[in-house]
Amino acid sequence: MKIIVCMKQVPVKDSLLKITDDGSWVHETDLNYEINESDHYALEEALRLKEAHSGEVVLLSMGPERVREAIKQGLAKGADRAIHIDNSSFTTQDPFVNARVLAAAIKREEFDLVLSGLQTDDYGSAQTGVILAENLGVPSATIVMEIQKQNGGIKVKRELESGWFQWVELPLPSLLTIQSGINQIRYATIKGIMMAKKKEIKALGLSELGLSESDVEEGQTGLVFSKIYVPEKTKKTEIFEGDPREVAQKLADKLKNEAKVI
Amino acid sequence: MPKFQGTDFYQIDDLLSDEERLIRQTVREFVDDEVVPVIRDNYRDGTFPTQLIAKIGKLGLLGSNLQGYGCAGLNNVAYGLINQELERGDSGLRSFASVQGSLVMYPIHQFGSEEQKQKWLPKLASGEAVGCFALTEPDSGSNPGIMRTRAEKTKNGWLLNGSKMWITNGSLADVAVIWAKTEDGIRGFLVEKGTEGFTSKAVHGKLSLRASDTAELFFGNCLIPEENLLPETIGLKNALMCLTQARFGIAWGVIGAAMACYEEALEYAKGRIQFAGKPIAAHQLVQEKFVYMLSEITKAQLLALQLGRLKDKGTKQIHVQISLAKRNNVYHALEIARLARQVLGANGISDDYQAMRHMCNLETVITYEGTHDIHTLIVGEYITGHSAFV
Ligand SMILES: Cc1cc2nc3c(=O)[nH]c(=O)nc-3n(C[C@H](O)[C@H](O)[C@H](O)COP(=O)(O)OP(=O)(O)OC[C@H]3O[C@@H](n4cnc5c(N)ncnc54)[C@H](O)[C@@H]3O)c2cc1C
Repeated sequence: MKIIVCMKQVPVKDSLLKITDDGSWVHETDLNYEINESDHYALEEALRLKEAHSGEVVLLSMGPERVREAIKQGLAKGADRAIHIDNSSFTTQDPFVNARVLAAAIKREEFDLVLSGLQTDDYGSAQTGVILAENLGVPSATIVMEIQKQNGGIKVKRELESGWFQWVELPLPSLLTIQSGINQIRYATIKGIMMAKKKEIKALGLSELGLSESDVEEGQTGLVFSKIYVPEKTKKTEIFEGDPREVAQKLADKLKNEAKVI
Repeated sequence: MPKFQGTDFYQIDDLLSDEERLIRQTVREFVDDEVVPVIRDNYRDGTFPTQLIAKIGKLGLLGSNLQGYGCAGLNNVAYGLINQELERGDSGLRSFASVQGSLVMYPIHQFGSEEQKQKWLPKLASGEAVGCFALTEPDSGSNPGIMRTRAEKTKNGWLLNGSKMWITNGSLADVAVIWAKTEDGIRGFLVEKGTEGFTSKAVHGKLSLRASDTAELFFGNCLIPEENLLPETIGLKNALMCLTQARFGIAWGVIGAAMACYEEALEYAKGRIQFAGKPIAAHQLVQEKFVYMLSEITKAQLLALQLGRLKDKGTKQIHVQISLAKRNNVYHALEIARLARQVLGANGISDDYQAMRHMCNLETVITYEGTHDIHTLIVGEYITGHSAFV
């Protein structure tokens, strides 16, 4: 089975974020980066499928030079080779544009399965995977927790709301977005790290992908990223004082007519 | 506590290779997931987390700067970074790895026969076997030259008599590297678990390095086969060469303990409010402590890094350079742990926080592998040409 794993590098969880003056993003210079959480699980799932059914695991990551560190970590864990799309010439805040670029890279490869994380820990849109499937013209399933290979295709377990699950069958090739926490992710071993040095990381730019500047232009899909900000407090607390009987009456009134919960 | 991301005020990370950073990353994740959650209980109970041995072996962390025989063949900086992350977890864990790699695998690798290497190194690297190194005795510590343990050559092998004290991994060990006096000077022997006349007794009552196995070893007429003599050992110098390796790891390791204390205290000080609604971090006296801590962590990092590069290159006086770094880095790590503990106030004496555990551990680290003062004498002798040991 040939599996492509889409992997993004995001700021380390709990990082102290400082928003830029224009509110467009956060200051990146003081940040440390790590592999997006659910992408870790996607890679682990891919490695397990490869171990069980043989094949190849190819990492695909878009980002500046620094993402090579994440790529190397993935290679050290056992991926066979990697593709790095250098995005220094364009911004990637729009999942539609991201998916278009990723699709262009994936179309150069033959594949049975594309795995991505469910969502990224930075933008959290959970869109890239599904739009990517559309771009590739393959079926997809989201929030996947388990993958079983069967004749001619796969059967996957999806997480629904309120503790419900769903099993779906898909043909191959197809795309799955993977939920966090579904397996025990492995550590890169020292041996794996040493071996990763010899593995290929192919760098691709827009022109190699057959894309032009206009393909990655911002705003073309109508999605406009206006600003990011720290959540403003809107809740307020009201304290009633006085005779318990009156207070209870007042509270009941508020709950009924304002909060509309009784 | 937010996830540990390392302390790197001088962008020293830029001086590391991708591979070195990745190795550190792997050990960092391992320590976060497998050590930090359990180590407090091990420390309380005075036990070593033996379930980690096979995992550390599988990751490739044991004897990782040795070549061949299942060892990773890393450079010394990567090896140092492994020690740093392990000791961020606990000095006991780093001690385990130091003993196994530098004091057991190194002498077998360096002074052992081909058969000894084949027999022991792969198993020690994978964690399938555990080793210990026994030089110290009840009456001989800083001066191992006065050891009493003796090995007498007989026609069936060597007859070993004596006892060793304060031996890390002593009860766990499948193989012990024992240093004993012979007619031809001090030599090293591999004494296997189960050898008749060889017994061990755990040391109790430790207030430091509690999450580590420390034992006393006894040898009563143990018959050691000739093939278990480390053939290339010809004197005390060989034991000291092992210590040089382990001290190198310590110079790196303690930076991990210091960073853990610094980060923990800093986080605490920013949140703890006392006078005038201000966090204690806003007071000059508290800030001064953090400035000291960050300065010394940064200096220790630079010292360790250049030491690692020098060790890879090989210099004539590397053992003295290692002494200087062990002395400096342990001393300041201990000071940092003490200050961090004070910043935490009463909470600092509780094992809900790490500072006091690290602080107590570092009292061992400043004592073993050559005490602070012994390293002063080593460096002093190198500088002046005068030995001041006696
Ligand atoms: C937890 C733990 C684990 C250990 N693990 C091991 C192990 O695995 N293997 C092993 O072989 N050993 C081990 N040791 C022993 C350790 O290496 C010795 O304790 C150390 O070498 C000091 O020896 P000592 O305790 O006999 O102190 P001493 O040598 O008696 O020293 C006592 C004090 O006198 C000072 N002193 C001694 N000589 C001089 C001098 N000439 N000038 C000035 N000051 C001097 C010392 O600096 C020290 O402050 C361990 C110790 C501990 C605490």
